[in-house]
Amino acid sequence: MADEKADLTLSAQDLCRNYGDHAAVHKVNIQLKRGEVLGLLGPNGAGKTTTMRMLTGNLAPSTGSIEICGIDLLDKPQQAKAHLGFLPEIPPLYRELTVDEYLLLVARLHRVDRQAIPTVLNKVKQRCGLEDRGKHLIGTLSKGFQQRVGIAQAIIHNPDVIILDEPTVGLDPNQMREIRKLIRELGVSSSVILSTHILSEVESVCDRVQIMHKGKMVLDETMAGLQQQGTHLETVFTELTHSDE
Amino acid sequence: MIVTIIRKELSMLFASPLAWILLTLIQLVLTWVFLGRLDAFLEIQPQLLQIENPPGITEIIISPVFAMAAIVLLMVTPLLSMRLLAEERRNHTLTLLISAPVSMTDIVLGKFLGLMIFYSVVIGLIVTLCISLLLGGTLDFGLLMSNTLGLFLVAACFSALGLYVSSLTAQPVIAAIGALGVLLGLWMIDLAASEMDGWLHYFSLLKHFGHFNQGLIDTLSIAYFVLFMVTFLVLTIRRLDGERLHG
Repeated sequence: MADEKADLTLSAQDLCRNYGDHAAVHKVNIQLKRGEVLGLLGPNGAGKTTTMRMLTGNLAPSTGSIEICGIDLLDKPQQAKAHLGFLPEIPPLYRELTVDEYLLLVARLHRVDRQAIPTVLNKVKQRCGLEDRGKHLIGTLSKGFQQRVGIAQAIIHNPDVIILDEPTVGLDPNQMREIRKLIRELGVSSSVILSTHILSEVESVCDRVQIMHKGKMVLDETMAGLQQQGTHLETVFTELTHSDE
Repeated sequence: MIVTIIRKELSMLFASPLAWILLTLIQLVLTWVFLGRLDAFLEIQPQLLQIENPPGITEIIISPVFAMAAIVLLMVTPLLSMRLLAEERRNHTLTLLISAPVSMTDIVLGKFLGLMIFYSVVIGLIVTLCISLLLGGTLDFGLLMSNTLGLFLVAACFSALGLYVSSLTAQPVIAAIGALGVLLGLWMIDLAASEMDGWLHYFSLLKHFGHFNQGLIDTLSIAYFVLFMVTFLVLTIRRLDGERLHG
C-alpha cells in the first residue's frame, strides 16, 4: 500500500468547477501512477480542457484537491508546478522567437540547472525531431513543427506528470505516428494524460482510459480490462455519451 | 525568477521594431525641443546678463525638455504596456507563464521592471543629451537630478497603470486606448483643477511631476507616485489571480 502511494504522481479528488450556475466539471477523480498513459476522452464541451487547466494550476477548482507527487497544488503551487509539463490546446508559442531562444526561455522558467541547459536543449530537440530547426523563427514553422515545439516545451524539464491537450490535432498521419511514439516513450518514465478525439490514438497509446460526459466521469477502465470484456472503445464511447442527445 | 521574466520581456521588446522606432522617435522629438530651447537661450542671452541672478541654462533648456519628455512618455507608454498582458493572453502564451513554477507576483513585477529598464535607457539618453551642454557651460546638477528622478517616477506610474489596463482585456488595441484614455484623463484633471485650485490637484500625475521639474523634491509627491504605482501593481496581481479563481 505504501509503495502504491509513493508511485502516485497525480491524484485529484472530487474536483468541481462551476461557471456561475453551470457546473463545467462535477466530482471528477483522477489518479495516475508513474509509467502510465491515461487517455481522457469525451465529446466537445464535456469538461476535458477545464479539468486539464485545473490540474495545471491555470484554473482554481471550486472544490476538491489536487496533489502532484504528493505536493498540494493549491497550497504550494510553485513546488507542485515544477513536476508538471503542460501542452494546452493552442500551443503557447512566441512566434517572434527562434526555436532555440524559446526553448532556452522555457528551460529557465522551469529552473533547469544552468550548466545542464545546453545538453537538455539538444536532447529535447532530438526527441521532438527539431534538430535542424533551432535557428528558425517559430512563426515561420509549419503547424506540425509548431506542435512539436509545443511538446518540447512541455517535456524540457523532465516532469513527472505530462499533460497534453489534443497533441495530434492538425498533424499529418506520419507526424501523428511519430508523436504517438514519443508519447509512448514519455510514458515509460513519467505519467502522461492525453486528451483526444481520436479513439484509435487512445487504443494505440494509452494504458487506461477515462471518459467524461457533461462534466462527470462516466468511465474509468484500463485498456486491458476493456479488451478482456471484449468491448470496443468506440461502442463504449457512443453508449456513454450519446444516450440523451 | 523575476530575472528570467525581465530578460524575456527585454529580449522580446528589442526583437520587435517597435522598441527601436519608439527610441528613435522619442529622441528625435526631444532633440528638436532641446535645440529649439538652445536657440532661444542664445538669443536672449545678452538680456539675461543684465538681470541680477539670471536663470541658467539648466532652467531654460533642460527643464522644458524634461517637461516635454513626460508628455511624450505619457503617449508612448500605452503602446508598450498593451503588449505586456493583453497580447500574451491573445496569443495564448500567458498559459506558459502560469503553468511554470513562477508566482503571479514574479510575472507582474518582471514585466513591470522590464519596461522600467527600457525607460531607464530612454531617460539615460535624455540625460546624455543634457550633459552635452557641459561642452559650453556649467550645469545645475541638482536640478538635473530632480528632473531625472521625477521623470523616472512618473514613467513608473504610467507603466503600472498601463500594465493594469493590459491585464483587463485580451485585445492589445483596447488595452492601449484604455490606458491612453486614463492617462489623458489624469492629465486633464490639471486643466479642470487650475480654476478651482483645490484637492483635485493631488490626483494629477503631471502636476506632481511639475514639482520635480522645478527642482523641488517633495515627499508628498514621492509618496503619491509610490502609492499610485504599488496600487496598480497589486491590482494587476489580484486581477490575474482572480482570473484563475473565477474566470
